[in-house]
Amino acid sequence: MGTILFLVLAVLTIAAALGVILHPNPVKSALFLIVTLFLLAVVFVLLEAHMIAALQIIVYAGAIMVLFLFVIMLLNLQIDDPDRGRRQVVLRGLAWLGGIILAVELALLVRGGPAGNPAAAPAGYGGALAVAQSLYTDFLLPFELTSILLLVAVVGAVVLAQKQRRPTIS
Amino acid sequence: MLSQYIGVVITFALGAVIVLGMVSGSMIFGARSTSRRADKDEVFECGNPSSGPARGRFSVHFYLVAILFIVFDVEVVFMYPWAIVFRQLGVPGLVEMLTFVAILGFGLAYVWKRGALAWD
Amino acid sequence: MGLIEVGIAGVKALAVLLMVLNLSAILLWVERKGSALIQDRIGANRANILGIMPFNLGFINTLIADPLKLLTKEDVVPKGADKFLHFLAPFMAVFPVLVTFAAVPFGDQLVIGDTVINLQVADLDIGILYVLAMSSLAVYGVVLGGWASNSRWSLLGGIRGSAQMISYEIAMGLALIGVIMTFGTLDLQAIARAQGHHFFGVIPAWGIIYQPLGFLIFLIAGIAESKRVPFDLPEGESELISGYFTEYSGMKQAAFMLSDFAESVVVAGLATTLFFGAWQVPFLFRDGFHFPGGAIVALPHLLIVVMQILSFTIKVFVLCLFQILVRWTLPRYRYDQVMDLGWKYLLPLALANMLVTGVAIVLLG
Repeated sequence: MGTILFLVLAVLTIAAALGVILHPNPVKSALFLIVTLFLLAVVFVLLEAHMIAALQIIVYAGAIMVLFLFVIMLLNLQIDDPDRGRRQVVLRGLAWLGGIILAVELALLVRGGPAGNPAAAPAGYGGALAVAQSLYTDFLLPFELTSILLLVAVVGAVVLAQKQRRPTIS
Repeated sequence: MLSQYIGVVITFALGAVIVLGMVSGSMIFGARSTSRRADKDEVFECGNPSSGPARGRFSVHFYLVAILFIVFDVEVVFMYPWAIVFRQLGVPGLVEMLTFVAILGFGLAYVWKRGALAWD
Repeated sequence: MGLIEVGIAGVKALAVLLMVLNLSAILLWVERKGSALIQDRIGANRANILGIMPFNLGFINTLIADPLKLLTKEDVVPKGADKFLHFLAPFMAVFPVLVTFAAVPFGDQLVIGDTVINLQVADLDIGILYVLAMSSLAVYGVVLGGWASNSRWSLLGGIRGSAQMISYEIAMGLALIGVIMTFGTLDLQAIARAQGHHFFGVIPAWGIIYQPLGFLIFLIAGIAESKRVPFDLPEGESELISGYFTEYSGMKQAAFMLSDFAESVVVAGLATTLFFGAWQVPFLFRDGFHFPGGAIVALPHLLIVVMQILSFTIKVFVLCLFQILVRWTLPRYRYDQVMDLGWKYLLPLALANMLVTGVAIVLLG
């Protein structure tokens, strides 16, 4: 039952992910990405990681994808951009390179993975309480460091967005 | 544990059927104009002829709001699990979260001071 | 997992969905009549079946006449619009809001023989997060509606609306932190049960007693999330015609209208669950009334269940009425005021509320 559900979900997720890269319309590509992220959340539910599933939807499908759509709509890329052809060749090369590296990494990871069945996890290991208990004791430092990462993100965004406007403000 | 989600799946299915039926209702039962006027499916701009394409570029401000939203959303997301175990953590837990919030509060103060929250 | 359990879950799901839809439809009528009352008009009074009804049944007629009228309207898709997204947008506006209610408990438990039925569609231990996750998806209806129509008013409304919705999502989430700290769980049914006792034997221990400021922030952010007056900038009739659903007609437009009301119902439902004791009736326990002073009135189980469900519905309805009252009382904000209120007032206030709650819990034990 669980395996069948997982296989169906995996096929759907991969189909949606293919939609992201193959669809010519950027807005619909972004929508496919939302579907992919939502399906990933369902996979997390199957793994009993309820907390991560909910956060996956809140942060990725509900927040980051809004930014993606905003950027697509704000830029409103036109096809008749003169630099587009030249840049596209470079970008395509980079994308292929990145993809190949990722594939090799994944292959190595899967080959070197644990053999046989790992020990069964304790009940409720993916629930909110279990995640919270380990996050604020064992992983305290990474948690605090996250705030610095977020701070850098805020400062960077403001600096980038206000670059052109600075002379008019002062 | 997974049985909890049976209700969610059923609600999704029923909700999808209801909303799909609703949204496609007018496409099925709706009237169809026989004599199509050329300007019928023109975009509504208060009766004036449409002036140029609709999808122009937008103020960078909206992009900034979206970035700030992500940052603070991630902050809030870290608080949910913390709030559950707060009673167990006690004073050290409060200090942990104070540090976290203080660093991000610094970010908020910076954004505020730089005028990124001001709409002009 | 027996077939019976799936059947029970299906009945509960249908009941909850119908409750939200019906409440929304009733609210539509209440809003029309209520606004007329506030503005000293008569309001909707023409609905009649072929003129044969001797008097105006108002409410029932409007419930039948309005949907019928919308159903038979022509479905217009403007030139240059993306047909699929134009269809998808109203779906995405309503669907996430409707399914939110799956995690909200509408009663305690119903015992029939040996079966104990939990009166909640899905008893999730991350209930609050489920509600927030689903309502965070509702923003796509607004964005896509604005984008798909290929109209500048729609796009302006869509961008405005989504920026406003995400801004208030932060304040809303932060306002809930205090509640979660107080009850120490994300499970909505557990929170509902925790509100069953009484302070000094007389004051019901509802969430609002612990978190008055949290409730205020939540309600303001909730009204802003559902894009209703005084936060209806995305629609702003006088400047944007109808905002992101300018180019919609018939049932698609009705879906957008419904999503506004359904969001109001969801905000009221969540506020009821977290701050007003959910389905709790003061002094009513599982075996009957226990009044202060020791008087006990035993009641049959079925009557108690009905009273609890009624209590939940009435509380939700009153909070919806309050939102309508706010709508017809306050004028609309300017856009910069809306954004200021979210980021510069509610966000710091919610953070302060959280810290005060933390200190109070540490001090009081």
